[in-house]
Amino acid sequence: MGDAKLDLLQGTLDLMVLQTLASMGAQHGYGIARRIEQVSGNEVLLNQGTIYASLVRLQQRGWIAAEWGTSDHNRKAKFYSITKRGRKQLAEDAAYWQRLSMVMGKVLEQGHGE
Amino acid sequence: MKDGWARRSVERVKAFFHKGALDRELDAEMASHVEFATEDNLRRGMSPEEARRRAMAEFGGVQQARERQRAARGLPFLDVLGQDARFTLRALRRDLGFTIVALVMLGLGIGANVAVFSVVNTILLRPLPLEYSKDLVWIAPPPQKCGFSCATYSADAYDEFKAQSRSYEDVTGYMAFSSPDNLRLTGHGDPVPATGIEVMPNFFQTLGVQPRLGRLFTAQDGRHGAHPAVLLENAYWKRQFAGDPAIVGKEIDLNGSPATVVGVLPASFDFGAVFSPGERVDLLSAEILDDERDWGNIVTMIGRLKPGVTLPQAQADANRVVPHLCWSEKYPHSCGSYIGKEGGMQLRTLKDYVSGRMRRSLELLWAAVGLILLIVCVNLSNLLLARSASRGKEFAMRSALGAPRSRIVRQLLTESLILSAGGAVLGLGVAFLVTYYLTRAGSIALPLLSSVGLDRAALGWTLLVTVATALLFGLMPGLKMASGSLQETLKDSGAGAGKGLRHGKMRAALVISEVALACVLVVGAGLLLRSFLKVLDVDLGFAPDHAASIMMEFDDNAPTAEAGVAKLEQAFIPAIARVSALPGVEAVGIVDYLPLGQNRAWGAPAPQGKTFAPGALPSPLVYVCSPGYFRAMGMHVHGRDFRWDDNLKSQEVVLINASAARTYWPGEDAVGKVLVSGNEQMHVIGVVDDVHASSVENERSWQIYYSTLQKAPNNAELVVRSKVPPATLAGSVLRTLRELNPNQPAAAFQPISTIVERAVSPRRFFVMLVGIFAALGLTLAALGIYGVIAYGVTQQTQEIGLRIALGASRGQVQRSVLARTLGLVGAGLAVGTLASLAVGRLIASLLFGTQPTDVATYAAMAALLIAVALVAGYLPAWRASRINPMVALRTN
Repeated sequence: MGDAKLDLLQGTLDLMVLQTLASMGAQHGYGIARRIEQVSGNEVLLNQGTIYASLVRLQQRGWIAAEWGTSDHNRKAKFYSITKRGRKQLAEDAAYWQRLSMVMGKVLEQGHGE
Repeated sequence: MKDGWARRSVERVKAFFHKGALDRELDAEMASHVEFATEDNLRRGMSPEEARRRAMAEFGGVQQARERQRAARGLPFLDVLGQDARFTLRALRRDLGFTIVALVMLGLGIGANVAVFSVVNTILLRPLPLEYSKDLVWIAPPPQKCGFSCATYSADAYDEFKAQSRSYEDVTGYMAFSSPDNLRLTGHGDPVPATGIEVMPNFFQTLGVQPRLGRLFTAQDGRHGAHPAVLLENAYWKRQFAGDPAIVGKEIDLNGSPATVVGVLPASFDFGAVFSPGERVDLLSAEILDDERDWGNIVTMIGRLKPGVTLPQAQADANRVVPHLCWSEKYPHSCGSYIGKEGGMQLRTLKDYVSGRMRRSLELLWAAVGLILLIVCVNLSNLLLARSASRGKEFAMRSALGAPRSRIVRQLLTESLILSAGGAVLGLGVAFLVTYYLTRAGSIALPLLSSVGLDRAALGWTLLVTVATALLFGLMPGLKMASGSLQETLKDSGAGAGKGLRHGKMRAALVISEVALACVLVVGAGLLLRSFLKVLDVDLGFAPDHAASIMMEFDDNAPTAEAGVAKLEQAFIPAIARVSALPGVEAVGIVDYLPLGQNRAWGAPAPQGKTFAPGALPSPLVYVCSPGYFRAMGMHVHGRDFRWDDNLKSQEVVLINASAARTYWPGEDAVGKVLVSGNEQMHVIGVVDDVHASSVENERSWQIYYSTLQKAPNNAELVVRSKVPPATLAGSVLRTLRELNPNQPAAAFQPISTIVERAVSPRRFFVMLVGIFAALGLTLAALGIYGVIAYGVTQQTQEIGLRIALGASRGQVQRSVLARTLGLVGAGLAVGTLASLAVGRLIASLLFGTQPTDVATYAAMAALLIAVALVAGYLPAWRASRINPMVALRTN
């Protein structure tokens, strides 16, 4: 197992999915998983299958919508898209994470300083 | 991320019910996922196999992904529960013997608890079935020896109290001196007897009872000269009038005069169930107080407190009013006479008056069924432990395959919950049967018994008991299982290993506690049983066997006392003569009140020529009877009985009982002495045995007997003593009375023993129940002992085989097993005896003529327990002695 890869914190995958859908538009599960891997520079430890638990959770909350459609290659797939409420939630959560990572960064910096 | 929580919960529940479709959709989605990945990989130049393999690897475990998605979308808790339940049902079906034993034990334990709870709830916990139950107060003098007359008030006192008290919305009451079958309903063929009670016109309004049909009484109904109005009890209306919906306004013929039915009472109110348990009341009529001014103490008082008034405030108010009450306004010297030696009035809530006496007994019953349930739990714990020993491997295996401990404990708790729920279903059946029986056992003199039933509270209690039971008996084996180390269990291949011994010790401790619990139950039941036997053994002062009585109809309405007596002579003398002539009849007499029923007092006569301190003389209970009554009742007379010439023309004569004679003339013969009351002189012609007047268990009271031809009797109970069983005489006695008086209703010819039985019925009821519970506890304890000893023998098969091979005789083997049994029982008995001593003190007030430390009872119960234990231990001992050493040593 690659020690270098990051274990995902609870809830972070949901946020990544929301962000991915917000920036890419409607996507199927594989597309979302691939995208997260690519954007993270393959740093995230992700069994692609786990994305489906996250998707159903977001869907039940009403933050994303799903619809069966056809892909570019004429293959049937379920496409997810972010809803209005999802965008609102994304904005809130993103702000929270940014603040948190900033604070974490500062705290850890200070530890290095001494 | 709290937002969307509610919405998600709804979605989850929906998803839970659409598993199939959602699973299929997910599978399709995942399949397309892998296709996309494979295509991507192909595009990157991989071989088709490699492309697919990489796609699968990146996807991760398909099953895990599926499980995670399901857990995220549905109700994983319920899914697991469903699995556990299915698994449990399978396991229980496999082990049918265990399941049946467990269900029966739980059914009995829970059933007993629910049934007793229903009774306790109805009698003790629930308010009375009256709208104003919590504000109602029973107003009476403190308990005294002179019976109902000292527990009631005169019409004048009632009016005065009502007028002067400030604590009450209203004060009401009823006529305390009514006998069963005191009315005669005619107009439908032969006259039929009915029981009626007179109540104040404001009775139902004050208590808060609405009529089912028609109206309640009004003040108008209680005016002098008002046309008689009656309200029918619901049950009587259904029975006697076939539930006639048009009954209101109809005239019925009672005791030869018409009365109007003004209404029907609701089924929820039963006068008898509240105020005279064990007796039925058919109809109520409005009391016309002005006609009863000179009757002395006749009414009970019940007040409804004003809002915000407390019982102590009302008591203070009553203490202020009592000195102003007069027995009769006509006699100024009677004012203030209600402050007796015991002081005035004692207020208590109506609820307390109705069911207070039962409190202790019911609490005892409740505790007894609690003990039963504990024993059931201990027993089941034991059975489950035995089972878990054999299932240990199964759990170890599941654990090795990745089931977390919590999951296994949850599985075990699910098992106990399912067992206990099954037991609860059986238990509800048991409780239903018991309560059904109780509501129809009209002769048990417990208040409100007819309204006992499995209501919502009882169902709630069932639920509570079920869950508590499951936790209690399931938790210990569950914890045990969870704490055991995996390897040890897998290694522990059979008898002799450490775990087996640990189990053995725990099971022994369980059995000891079981025996101790059973001991407490059995000793308690023994003490109560001995008390009951003592009660049955009480010398009542009369001989209830071979005697029966019937309420006789007579008419002594006459303008003068002499004419009234003449009518009585015409009614009584031939009746007694004709019934005496019936074959098999030994003695016949008439009395107005039978023992153990109603009674009254007429003030305190004084022995002539002696001076007593005021208030020192008792008010004896008064009975008016005919010649032959004492013989018919089986009472011993010292001196002479009444004669038919003891009438208005001769001197007034009385008989008194032994207690009164001792009080009036200590150390002297009372016969020939004279009692003085006002300007009356009463010659004592005889002394009779003390009779238990109001209860079998009460202390003795003073009694005085007058002749029917000198004092007018209120009723005429014709008492017949016979050589043949009384029941065989019923027809001919009634026929004889009818021939003499066509108005004679078809009243019951009631054996005197039934009066005694009714009087002891509450005690019999409790003894019976506690006895049944004790027997149940004993059986369960025996089962527990058997289980542990048998298990021990199985575990030690090799050891015993070895001992037999080395020359131990079968007798020695049996003795060693029985010794182990006795060891367990001895330890249990030691603990149980200590606990019983404590419990004995708690129930001391329920015992009669029996010390809570009664040695005979303890010894008998210990012997019983040991005997039962030896029986339970003998079977495994016998089996141990039959062990074939060759087989035992070869196996394993």
